Amino acid sequence: MRHLMSPLDFSVEELDKLLTLASDIEKNPKKYAHICDDKRLATCFYEPSTRTRLSFEAAMMNLGGKVLGFSSADSSSAAKGESVADTIRVVSCYADICAMRHPKEGAPLVASMYSSIPVINAGDGGHQHPTQTLTDLLTIRSLKGRLNNLTIGLCGDLKFGRTVHSLIEALVRYTGIRFYLISPEELRVPSYIREDVLNRNHVSYTEVERLEEAIPELDILYMTRVQRERFFNEEDYVRMKDFYVLDKAKMELAREDMFVLHPLPRVNEISVEVDNDPRAAYFRQAQYGVYVRMALILTLLEVELPC
Amino acid sequence: MLNVGALNEGFVLDHIKAGKAMTIYHDLHLDKLDCTVAMIMNARSNKLGKKDIIKVECPIDQLDLDIVGFIDHNITVNIIKDSKIVEKQELKLPKKIVNVMRCKNPRCITSIEQGLDQVFLLSDPEKEVYRCKYCEEKYRGHRNK
Repeated sequence: MRHLMSPLDFSVEELDKLLTLASDIEKNPKKYAHICDDKRLATCFYEPSTRTRLSFEAAMMNLGGKVLGFSSADSSSAAKGESVADTIRVVSCYADICAMRHPKEGAPLVASMYSSIPVINAGDGGHQHPTQTLTDLLTIRSLKGRLNNLTIGLCGDLKFGRTVHSLIEALVRYTGIRFYLISPEELRVPSYIREDVLNRNHVSYTEVERLEEAIPELDILYMTRVQRERFFNEEDYVRMKDFYVLDKAKMELAREDMFVLHPLPRVNEISVEVDNDPRAAYFRQAQYGVYVRMALILTLLEVELPC
Repeated sequence: MLNVGALNEGFVLDHIKAGKAMTIYHDLHLDKLDCTVAMIMNARSNKLGKKDIIKVECPIDQLDLDIVGFIDHNITVNIIKDSKIVEKQELKLPKKIVNVMRCKNPRCITSIEQGLDQVFLLSDPEKEVYRCKYCEEKYRGHRNK
């Protein structure tokens, strides 16, 4: 039995297989519509989430399966002081697979240690959010047709943004990847990402502050939100939050075949005027999130796939 | 010179930094073993000036000495059998350390989940970096060096 805790749990070959399955699901949704008719997904969400929980639920429903669960710690037995270990042992009796989000880092790993069903980490604090990374990889592969030989710009909060760190760790496993790390001085990628991930894998990267400088070079622009909860004082947040605003004028500097991604929710960092640009791919990205979660559920449940 | 009786079977941990014997006593959970333990503190040492020594009389497979390697590479481990030193064990960094140090990340699940072992894994042997198994936070506490 396998669980998914980190995007690096899958080898490049396994990931390739998973993404290929997700692409087949996208093209032939009917083929998979009843493949999980007798299966149940438990969504154990100890903190609020809109997109991730709905995306998991939509994924299971698209496969014909059923969904049960809770969407906040208050409505679960955690409010009565039940441990994660006990909760998952009980949930294992009710469902075939579990997606867990928890504010404490490592909680899904603890669940996987006591579970008799596959556990998917649906986000644990600021630590990991592997299904977002799988979504990003599927989106890039679907839009560009490859995951190698790409110039990728990561823009915004590169210091605290876990999606950015996970995406870098996942992409350095492919050849010909080049990064533009676009951030203000205060929000640069942490040194361990520079030293232990980028330098160790001999990946080329350029750190710049101005988006305009990097945008003409990019195949993919990955925008991120500056998160209020990461700042100790409101003043710093206010100073940083609108540091980057992607608008029509900046999009004119970009290539015709560049795509804009964003893990969502966006606030001001992408102007709504960009939404109608064919290169704005962030809502398609949310759709790819459903396909990749469907593929993940099928993979972890080891369901026999239709021909 | 203080003399403590020779061991028949067990370990002698020599060249412990003076004053650190009690820490090692606890980290090795020697208090939980039903065996004779002798601690010599502030003994004269040519190498260190002053040193501590721990002698433990127990079957040689009863203790996991890897943790000593984490605390201090310079400690010498002599393995005694039939009252003779049969091996001078080379210390290496343990791949896994259980219930010796605590994760200090307040966002880590170990801060709330009861009965969970505190586990640290060696993530970079070159830089001697340990990370919490659950949240991957780097261990920033003081080692016994």
